[in-house]
Amino acid sequence: MGLSEHDLFLLAVLSPFAAAAVAPFVTRVLGHRAGWLLALVPLGIFALIASHIGEVAHGGNTVVAYDWVPSYGIKLSYYLDGLSSLFAMLVSGIGVFIVIYSGGYLKGHRYLGRFLAFMLLFMGSMLGVVLADNLITLFIYWELTSITSFLLIGFDNNREASRRAALQALLVTGAGGLSLLAAFLLISSTTGITEMSVLNASGDILRDSALYLPIFILVLGGAFTKSAQFPMHFWLPNAMEAPTPVSAYLHSATMVKAGVYLLMRMHPSLGGTELWTTVLPIFGGVTLIAGTLLAVRQTDLKLMLAYTTVASLGLLVMLTGTSIDAAITGAVLYLFAHSLFKGGLFMVAGTIDHEAGTRDITRLGGLGRAMPITFFAAALAGLSMSGLPPFIGFIAKEVLYDGTFGATTDNWAVTATAVAGNALMLVIAAAVALKPFTGEKVETPKHAHEGPASLWLGPLTLSLIGLGTALFAHTTGEYLIGPMAAAISGGTAEVELHLIPAHFGAPVVLSMVTVALGIAVFLMLDTARGIVAGVLRAIGWGPDRGFDQVVRLIIRMAIVITRVIQPGRMQTYMLVVFLFTALALFVPLFAYGEMPEWPEWPALSGSNFYEWAIIAIAVLGVGAVLIASTRLNAIVSLGIQGFAVALIFMLFGAPDLSFTQFMVETLSVVILALVMTRLDLGNHGHRPLPAMIRDGTVAVAVGVGLGLLLLSVTQWPFDARLSEFFTANSRAIAHGRNIVNVIIVDFRGLDTLGEIAVVMTTGLAILALIRIRTRKVEQYDGTKREVRIARTYSGERWGGDVS
Amino acid sequence: MEPVLCVLITVLFSASFYLMLSTHIIRVLLGVALLSNGVNLLIFTAGRLLREVPPIIAEGQMVPTMATANPLPQALILTAIVISFSFFAFLLVLGFRAYQALGTDDVNEMRVAEPEREPEPPMGY
Amino acid sequence: MRTVIFRTIAPFLAAIMVLFSIFVLLRGHNEPGGGFIGGLIAASAFAIYGIASGVAPVRRAIYFHPMGIAGFGLFIAAVAGLPSMLKGVPFLTGMWTAIEVFEVKVDLSTPMLFDIGVYFVVVGAITSIALALEEREFD
Repeated sequence: MGLSEHDLFLLAVLSPFAAAAVAPFVTRVLGHRAGWLLALVPLGIFALIASHIGEVAHGGNTVVAYDWVPSYGIKLSYYLDGLSSLFAMLVSGIGVFIVIYSGGYLKGHRYLGRFLAFMLLFMGSMLGVVLADNLITLFIYWELTSITSFLLIGFDNNREASRRAALQALLVTGAGGLSLLAAFLLISSTTGITEMSVLNASGDILRDSALYLPIFILVLGGAFTKSAQFPMHFWLPNAMEAPTPVSAYLHSATMVKAGVYLLMRMHPSLGGTELWTTVLPIFGGVTLIAGTLLAVRQTDLKLMLAYTTVASLGLLVMLTGTSIDAAITGAVLYLFAHSLFKGGLFMVAGTIDHEAGTRDITRLGGLGRAMPITFFAAALAGLSMSGLPPFIGFIAKEVLYDGTFGATTDNWAVTATAVAGNALMLVIAAAVALKPFTGEKVETPKHAHEGPASLWLGPLTLSLIGLGTALFAHTTGEYLIGPMAAAISGGTAEVELHLIPAHFGAPVVLSMVTVALGIAVFLMLDTARGIVAGVLRAIGWGPDRGFDQVVRLIIRMAIVITRVIQPGRMQTYMLVVFLFTALALFVPLFAYGEMPEWPEWPALSGSNFYEWAIIAIAVLGVGAVLIASTRLNAIVSLGIQGFAVALIFMLFGAPDLSFTQFMVETLSVVILALVMTRLDLGNHGHRPLPAMIRDGTVAVAVGVGLGLLLLSVTQWPFDARLSEFFTANSRAIAHGRNIVNVIIVDFRGLDTLGEIAVVMTTGLAILALIRIRTRKVEQYDGTKREVRIARTYSGERWGGDVS
Repeated sequence: MEPVLCVLITVLFSASFYLMLSTHIIRVLLGVALLSNGVNLLIFTAGRLLREVPPIIAEGQMVPTMATANPLPQALILTAIVISFSFFAFLLVLGFRAYQALGTDDVNEMRVAEPEREPEPPMGY
Repeated sequence: MRTVIFRTIAPFLAAIMVLFSIFVLLRGHNEPGGGFIGGLIAASAFAIYGIASGVAPVRRAIYFHPMGIAGFGLFIAAVAGLPSMLKGVPFLTGMWTAIEVFEVKVDLSTPMLFDIGVYFVVVGAITSIALALEEREFD
């Protein structure tokens, strides 16, 4: 029996997790060269997805589904269409180079194996997000990316800044994940649909739903936190605390695009409404402008790139929000181009940091001669980011301008925002890709020279792909961009891409404006940086500071709550438990009118004289326990009460219980006496009167509550089915005449097996407690105290003399 | 007799909870011992009472010839008695050991796990 | 407690109680009795013996460590569930057979084996607790 194609697909999707499990061992054997070997995993996935490209391009979508929790309708299902296949190819394709790059970047690092394992875990999760069809499957992968992102950002866990950034990313994106779960649950409960592919084929089912607004808001909650939309953008720049391969992979090329992916994925079922075309462009536009302005402010290469990533995500959200087919095609192209150039530029920034020892733009210059290959890769990626020909970034910009401004001038605001954003993007591209390499040589902390192949292979290849896909624009459009745009707009979009604009129209003019504006700002970059910094200082407060305040508030609240409900006093715990037990008993009795009727008290007569007498003895015994002034009195009274209970069992036809109770009460009294005689304590007085009244009230309340419940139960008709079954079958099936014993050893034998295991365990526990000996040890509060530790056996033999 | 037993059970539970609210371990232990009797009687009474006829089939019969006491609660209680005894013994030894280690039988002075003035948790990351 | 009379009688009393406990155990399926009660009676016997004559003679008399007896009991109780699985019916289903010993028909069954397991667990665990407390070695 061979593997079916579906099984092969499932194996491929799960293979990164398997690779993650072996990565530490591979690294132990191969050292930093492990990256080359492990890169075969994403390469294989890439090849598998790429082999389906032709099929997908012609509308052949694949669904792979396995039952997971059938009773809840949860399936492990994947969906391969234009959108998911392009994303999956980006994730796995860039993943190949990132894994190789990681090996070179963290060469000799103690925890390289762990790092590669986290990276592969993330890769598997991210592939799952983009390929998942079932909503719950999607959610689980979504949260897995948050968790692996947490692990990767906090990789350097000795630094507080890393830990803070990791926690921040986890809390922000995790909260978004919960919002997404709520959205998915609402969707499946209103429509009954749990598969994304079915949902998107169901037309207006969500748009016409009464719950459209809450679903819309909750989906945005997930998408905007993941894709760092203003004002939830603050976690992304902080995530730059992570090693550079992480920034390149998670925080530019893949994970942060998950939010955009989600919006694109749900566009056919959720998009196109007035709400959609209003809210998304506003958030996206604000994020675009804020991101680019904040990027101008920075001098750290990685931070500059991080803020432009925020800006690019804003641009993508804005374009998706227009719901215009051509604009969405522009978004798809831009997304594709961005993953290539931004991933490449991040790796370049990492290489510079690795080789020169700093990422501060003001301390870098003239590295081009020392690092020619890196410079070449950086220049190609920078040109693509600037939107200059002949790169894929240029085509993306042309198409998006055409989309927003080509057919109608209604979207002037969106277009103007895009132009301003792209101009600033060009500024940053020039600053990152040109400034460190050109100009006068500046002394750097390390003597810079070209890095090893593992460091330049990634950026170079990605940049060349950016060039190649532009040169073969027609093929790119037919096989990659077209199918994806079609999947987003929910129809069939024919995408014709040309490197050289077909006609001289608005897009070309807008491009020229963009370039001119960008060059102007670049020339006065230092002034611009000063202005933005001044404005930020004037505002003073930002969401990043707000995060600290919220976290501190949560901890303060936790301290207060802990002090109140966990004061370390047993009576407080007991009182709370008893009070709530009393409430739980009385409230339903009153609320549902289940109060028992006033019972008929049996008259005292000759036939039940013994019963009355024994019950009276039991009550007296209990009372004597309560008021006993010495421990011995209390023990004896307890015994009297216990024997009275045994007699009650006897009178009401339970001889087995009666015998057992007799034996147990005897043994209880014996062991209590054995232990008590060793307690060297004076007799304590009773508690003070107010405490007595308080405790008494609570105790009587719970007791009366239980008594009333029982009385109410006895006044209900008795359901004797089970007892009748046992009575009827005890002899017939189990060959025993003592029905109680038959139930214990035969009908309910498994229960009894568990119960004797419990008896045996308590026996062992008591033995362990007794065989502990005392030793003085230092307590953490500095005082010496006797603490008992286990005693080793000292020559005592089983059954031998203990002398 | 059910109502009368209900009263007895109320007394058992109330006394048990009152003892368990004490600060002295020994009285808490006595409370636990009373509690198990209370619970057993509660189950017993909930299964209805019948005088003096144990659930045993006479020799030569396949089913009891007359109405017998309900066997089901008896089976439940029988094992419960033994288990609650072993737990009672465990609590007894535990309490005694705590008394030996800490030199007190007052639960409010047993604060090794939750000290009186616990330092605040770290506020950083 | 350690009077001469008590100390002299205790071994015999204990022996009779253990014998009685086995009787109670074996008749348990048809008359009042069974593993739990039988076990408690035997455990009380050892406890009384221990109080009268000290713990060491008791430990010598029962030879095995009480927890070992309890473990053995749990083991045979679990084993009693296995024969039914050979026949393809659920774990712990009762199996019955009868053999002739000197022309007397003796019923053998897995529930009986199970009940004997219960007996040993109760004897072992409770005796272990009682002896440990009587030993006074943890003062």
